[in-house]
Amino acid sequence: MTSETVNLGAPDAQPVQQAPALEQALARPYQHGFVTDIESDSLPPGLDEDTIRAISRKKKEPQFLLDWRLAALKRWRAMELPDWARLKIAPIDFQALSYYSAPKSMKDRPKSLDEVDPKLLETYEKLGVPLHERAALAGVAVDAVFDSVSVGTTFRKQLADVGVIFCSFSHAVQNHPELVEKYLGTVVPQGDNFYAALNSAVFSDGSFVYIPKGVRCPMELSSYFRINAQNTGQFERTLIIAEEGSHVSYLEGCTAPQRDENQLHAAVVELIAHDDAFIKYSTVQNWYPGDENGRGGIYNFVTKRGLAAGKRSRIAWTQIETGSAITWKYPSVVLRGDESNGEFHSIAVSNHWQQADTGTKMIHLGKNTTSRIVSKGISAGHAQNSYRGLVRVNAGAEGARNHTQCDSLLIGPHCGAHTFPYVDTARADAVVEHEATTTRISEERLFYCEQRGIDAQEATALIVGGFCQAVLEELPMEFALEAKALLAVSLEGAVG
Amino acid sequence: MTQPTPLLQVRDLRVNVGERTVLHSVSLDVQPGQLVVLMGANGSGKSTLGMALAGHPHYSVQGGQALLGGQDLLQLPAHERARAGLFLSFQSPPDVPGVKNNFFIRTALNAMHEARGQEPLDAFDFLASAKKAAKDLGLPEAMLARPVNEGFSGGERKRNELLQLSLLKPRLALLDEIDSGMDVDGVRAVVALVQKLRSEGTAFIVISHYLQMIEQLEPDAVLRLDQGCIAEAGDLELARSIARTGFARARAQAAEA
Repeated sequence: MTSETVNLGAPDAQPVQQAPALEQALARPYQHGFVTDIESDSLPPGLDEDTIRAISRKKKEPQFLLDWRLAALKRWRAMELPDWARLKIAPIDFQALSYYSAPKSMKDRPKSLDEVDPKLLETYEKLGVPLHERAALAGVAVDAVFDSVSVGTTFRKQLADVGVIFCSFSHAVQNHPELVEKYLGTVVPQGDNFYAALNSAVFSDGSFVYIPKGVRCPMELSSYFRINAQNTGQFERTLIIAEEGSHVSYLEGCTAPQRDENQLHAAVVELIAHDDAFIKYSTVQNWYPGDENGRGGIYNFVTKRGLAAGKRSRIAWTQIETGSAITWKYPSVVLRGDESNGEFHSIAVSNHWQQADTGTKMIHLGKNTTSRIVSKGISAGHAQNSYRGLVRVNAGAEGARNHTQCDSLLIGPHCGAHTFPYVDTARADAVVEHEATTTRISEERLFYCEQRGIDAQEATALIVGGFCQAVLEELPMEFALEAKALLAVSLEGAVG
Repeated sequence: MTQPTPLLQVRDLRVNVGERTVLHSVSLDVQPGQLVVLMGANGSGKSTLGMALAGHPHYSVQGGQALLGGQDLLQLPAHERARAGLFLSFQSPPDVPGVKNNFFIRTALNAMHEARGQEPLDAFDFLASAKKAAKDLGLPEAMLARPVNEGFSGGERKRNELLQLSLLKPRLALLDEIDSGMDVDGVRAVVALVQKLRSEGTAFIVISHYLQMIEQLEPDAVLRLDQGCIAEAGDLELARSIARTGFARARAQAAEA
């Protein structure tokens, strides 16, 4: 380990210096509590075939999945860390990570909100997070009689009535192995990229959604998810399958800041939409971004891709990215079905020392396929924000159309915005349009607001909200308001 | 001297824009409900007075005093000057893309309510009063749902300033060439609104070159600004003579006298 190596075990811990072993042992909080069997709940750091076998065994997985994981490990080992993004990433020691730990026991969690960092609670307050959700979000040990559980049960019944499967990935592996085997890795192959390969080898858990033919999912798959998605781990895997003519809107994440002991997050999300199906996938990502000086914070290296497999199928990604120290993420759509449509609506905010390299890929394969990209990047402080997008039109994609709108907003003199739009078309009849703007929060606009009695802080939030309006409109209604509040909180102190 | 304390009291105000001194020494008093017309050649410092009073960061006050209702304006940040009751209608109002007009004005009103320790406005009550205000000004209701000044014509922007003025009900309003870019109906709306607010006690400083409107506004005083100083003070006659003979003549005549 060099002195710059990031300590991936715990984001808040100082990098380990050569402190005497005794001192280290004393400084470490007492970890074991009354849980006697702790050893069997987590694996020692390191990654090899034995690690994979152990994970698979603990999760009681079928043979096909173990084989799949092992194949992924083999590929991963042959790959190199990508370095093409416009990101500065400290070296990561993948052998220093622990690749399996069971969810924290209730005893290890804070007993009540009184034990939670007051700063975190203050943020919940600003975001208007309902009281009964705050405890769960802060990781407080809550009883099974907690409100949300009964709400969850009601939801589950409604979903089951129409045949929708919505469960954890592990649950799906046990109960619907044929679906998992059929679709896993069909959109994001194991060897797609370094982090996708790593995820394929070691993924912990995640979500699974199956919408049967012709079913319109009776609810946003969100409220339920928001309060129940604790401790899904650092290598999430999500798979959503929408059968012919079905319709689903899925919302991942929440506006409340999430802390996690794992600094590296490498998730994979795969979406499959068959004929006339529609999948709307919304993300609000607010992982711990590190402090004002750029210490700590989550590395968020995510591979998200949808396959618009069927005729007239549609996939829409909407993302609000405000968290994480580093974001590396390109939710994409492969437009294979004729007349299929892909959309990407994104707001990426980076403040202080955050780095974001994010965008999308629209791969046109089918005839008369259409795609639309709307990207709003906001940088403040010393942050760097890059839009990276690829629009590819293959030889068979007769009549393909794309429109890209890519806007950057700069706040203050030390931040940066960068745009890397790639267009790669094999057809002369393809219509690919790209518009890009870069603006600052102008003094004139700011003064105009102030002259109307609105202080600089609120004026900034107002201007940023307006800048993002086109994307905010894509979010589920109740969520748009929270997202606006989140933008304001993320940019606090950026002006004035 | 039995004059009541003026609402606005400006004494020997000196203002720089960058290195250049634009206002050398300006003093004026405005009583509640009074209307003062400010005239002057281009570059004489009219707009600078408004910007400096409102606290624009590019206009740096080098000396003098400005009190609004006894409160020292120059010590306050811009948003607090507005909350104290100062309204500036911009010569070229900027747009705020994506922010709906009604939301913008409600945010402004609520900021003022909050500063006074009052409850925030009910969104529906506000919308009702905003619709009425728009109607009174002859503005289409749809203007409320459009983003602030985005894609507005020059005249529409000015009318939008009027809409804000009528809803924010300031103690002192500074209208910087509100008539420029406006059609006849627009100018009529200015006069009607000014009369109404004036009767409720709002004081006005109106910058304009348009005699017909100035006459209709029935000013209490007309001031001519020249090279950053108030060169002449008078009544409507001064405005008429400037309109007749121009600023160059006015300057020459004043020098002779």
